[in-house]
Amino acid sequence: MIKVTIDDVEIEVAPGTTILNAARQVGGEIVPPAMCYYSKLPGTGGKCRTCLVEVAAGSSADPRPMPKLVASCSTAVMDGMIVKNKTSDRVQTNRGGVVEFLLVNHPLDCPICDQAGECHLQDLGYEHGSAKTRYREERRTFNPIDIGNKIKLHMNRCILCYRCVAVANQLTDKRVHGVLHRGEHAEISTYIENAIDNDFSGNMIDVCPVGALTDKTFRFKSRVWFLKPYEAECNCEKCSGKAVVWMFGNEIFRVTARKDKYGEVESLEDKTAWICNDCRFDKKDPTKWNLIGPRKIDRHSVISQGKYATKNDNNPKLLQ
Amino acid sequence: MKVDHPQAVNEAPIEFSAQTMTEIQRVMGLFPEGKKKSAILSILHLVQDEFGWVSVGAMNKVALLLNIQPIEVYEVATFYTMFHLDPVGKNVLEVCRTGPCQLVGSDDLIAYIEEKLDIKVGETTKDGLFTLKTVECLGACGYGPMLMCKYQFYERLTKEKVNEMLDAMREASKS
Amino acid sequence: MARKLLIEHAEVPEIASYDIYRMHGGYASVEKALKTMSPEEVVEEVKKSGLRGRGGAGFPTGMKWSFLAKPEGVERHLVCNADESEPGTFKDRYLMEKLPHLLIEGMITSSYALGARRSYIYIRGEFMYVLRILEKAIAEAYANGMLGKNILGSGYDLDLVVTPGGGAYICGEETALLESLEGKRGNPRMKPPFPAVKGLWGNPTVVNNVESIAAVVPIVNEGGEAYAKIGIERSTGTKLISASGNLVRPGVYEIELGLSVEEFIYGDDYCRGIANGKQLKACIPGGSSVPILPHYLVTKTAAGTDRLMTYESLADGGFASGSMLGSGGFIVFDEDQCIVKNTWNFARFYAHESCGQCSPCREGTGWMEKVLYRLEHGQGTLEDISLLEEINKKIEGNTICPLGDAAAWPVAAAIRHFREEFEWHVKAPQEAQKRNFGLISAPIEA
Repeated sequence: MIKVTIDDVEIEVAPGTTILNAARQVGGEIVPPAMCYYSKLPGTGGKCRTCLVEVAAGSSADPRPMPKLVASCSTAVMDGMIVKNKTSDRVQTNRGGVVEFLLVNHPLDCPICDQAGECHLQDLGYEHGSAKTRYREERRTFNPIDIGNKIKLHMNRCILCYRCVAVANQLTDKRVHGVLHRGEHAEISTYIENAIDNDFSGNMIDVCPVGALTDKTFRFKSRVWFLKPYEAECNCEKCSGKAVVWMFGNEIFRVTARKDKYGEVESLEDKTAWICNDCRFDKKDPTKWNLIGPRKIDRHSVISQGKYATKNDNNPKLLQ
Repeated sequence: MKVDHPQAVNEAPIEFSAQTMTEIQRVMGLFPEGKKKSAILSILHLVQDEFGWVSVGAMNKVALLLNIQPIEVYEVATFYTMFHLDPVGKNVLEVCRTGPCQLVGSDDLIAYIEEKLDIKVGETTKDGLFTLKTVECLGACGYGPMLMCKYQFYERLTKEKVNEMLDAMREASKS
Repeated sequence: MARKLLIEHAEVPEIASYDIYRMHGGYASVEKALKTMSPEEVVEEVKKSGLRGRGGAGFPTGMKWSFLAKPEGVERHLVCNADESEPGTFKDRYLMEKLPHLLIEGMITSSYALGARRSYIYIRGEFMYVLRILEKAIAEAYANGMLGKNILGSGYDLDLVVTPGGGAYICGEETALLESLEGKRGNPRMKPPFPAVKGLWGNPTVVNNVESIAAVVPIVNEGGEAYAKIGIERSTGTKLISASGNLVRPGVYEIELGLSVEEFIYGDDYCRGIANGKQLKACIPGGSSVPILPHYLVTKTAAGTDRLMTYESLADGGFASGSMLGSGGFIVFDEDQCIVKNTWNFARFYAHESCGQCSPCREGTGWMEKVLYRLEHGQGTLEDISLLEEINKKIEGNTICPLGDAAAWPVAAAIRHFREEFEWHVKAPQEAQKRNFGLISAPIEA
């Protein structure tokens, strides 16, 4: 085991652990946000730059600070490393910059976006964003494209985290979508008219940190905070059958995988509990599910009670 | 800013000429077993050499040849700016517009060609002979203003040289 | 005239053919290395030479080579970066077009030093005609036993392949190049792991610029110490400089490092001054990514000493009053050039060439381009100038690869030295459309 200090908290972790995962082992405020890294999808991370942290000392062997901020999701800890996240003004300033970059071309259509209330960009904008925009240019828009009758792609909202590409690569046998073009013209697309249709393609919705990929069977049906999430299970040949059903009265409005406080699909019995498209899109009949009990949701802004109210009171920027 | 990338219609893989196929086999042979995808850019150049542009049907064929998913070809072809994903004229004039060329008159060169061919950047002449594009630095900064057509560099261009060049291209297209 | 170690024979008729190249002493380094030296001894000579990477970063080549991991039973590769796309830089094209065998000779000697048996030259797709020249030269080298099995009876085997890019500046970044060479989009990789540990197809790989590899030839022939005697301090040897912009005689020059900038711009052996009898306004000495210098900081440093063509002297004064040697892309501006227009032009270049993978670069380069477009076209505000500085700071150092810095530095430097001209575009937008600002005067020290 090796020792690392993150925001004055000292912990011991296994060699090879990344700074982000070391921080997650502690939990709480010292955990950097991650918009593109997804621990259950190997190869993700490094792109969004929201998890940048300051390394004040590289290791006991070489205690020099690292000159640049580093991506905590893809930097391994070293013995004696000292990391600053919440305690570094430099990190907070630059993270604010990254959030501004992510928002300059974002449509800010939260009032009509199904992801609102459980959107990581909303959380991030809330914590680090500015109340004003400095962007005077026309926001970027893409041609809407159709990727099938189950998943809605809303490219204008996408932050190009590449997670959905990893899902298609790792959970499905034939990837039909990817990142096309480049620079500010880069987009998630199928290029040709093509439906993303595979038993596990619906997991793209669960890994999407924003409202770029949403569930067409749930679209515009309800705000997520009006629904009651229940842990549920069913007998399924394709997947674990362990999911969360989101109910209004006796009706199931949508089905998602079970997610942890970082928004990642939980592991059950050492396997990531991805759910299949049958469970997600077609099992809306409550009699097909065994309801286990209410599902506690934390971290996400609106659905975790009163987050807006408390944060608002403490945020001088928003009070101005 | 509007990004205009409409979805394309899927097409069946098309056939390449025997000569193109021979060349494709050659460039695939340059890489070790299991690493044939490395030849993809060479192959896309060969396809563009044969057809003038890279169609969906051609990319689907490339996917078959390399034994990869078509999306992997689309991802690559849309990343690299040399590949024309829509039909173009017989001669694509790619004028460098970047700093060093701009210092020595690339703006005037572009305007002159626009006037001469009566098209704007991005357009093709009605006779289908010329498409005018602007591109970023082609690595000929000391010899600007310049343009590239069919992998050939036309450097230190003046109005007279442009006239000669266009005439020669018209002449060559007759045969 | 200074010594030329690389392009002395460049204009010899048919020097691109094997026989003529051989007649002029070609392939001597291969014979010397393979017959009389161990690979380690070749690495040692390169270390002694003080050669620094000629692609732009200036990292010591010998040190880069010594980082190469050598696990048992794992193939290693040498990859030549011939993706020359840094605006202002066109030296590698000249070298490869005129002297293809010099690069091949360097590749063989260097591959031998690194224990690579399969090496690649990745050349930008726009240089397809140069690729054909290299292919022909490689075939000749095979035919003459310089490539393939058991080269010169040494027992050393090497296969060399040249392969094209498809139009992407970013593939000059070494990990983007490797992605591209694997047939993928040119998205730079996260580092670590560095290519020396995990490079092409996961194998340990060294990526070197064309000129660096070519320089190994005279280093092996004459010895690292002899090479290190040329130049000043840590800037050893000769360097190819690509001179462009408003010069009487732009082109590729091989200089001994340590030549004065004054001599390079105005000397008879070099660029012979500013074209059309005009005055120097500014200069970008190392390719478009490095800071621009106003005329009063080009031939002299802020301290008043002569500015020399060396890594150290061009950087003298840091970013406040210095720049960098970079790739040696020496871009000269005359008094009629508009700095705002040029800064916008380069910002457009970087926005166009961003791979789009990481958010600060994808969004930041596009944003800067749009703000600069407005400033250049008379629609800017004074706040836009400070906004540009702000965006700059948020990109710099926060991206996966150096393209972010490369996009940020030129804008920062242009505003630093030419703020008056930027403000003039805001205050007198109509006048700014009609005429250029002209020369700025050096700030008067208090």
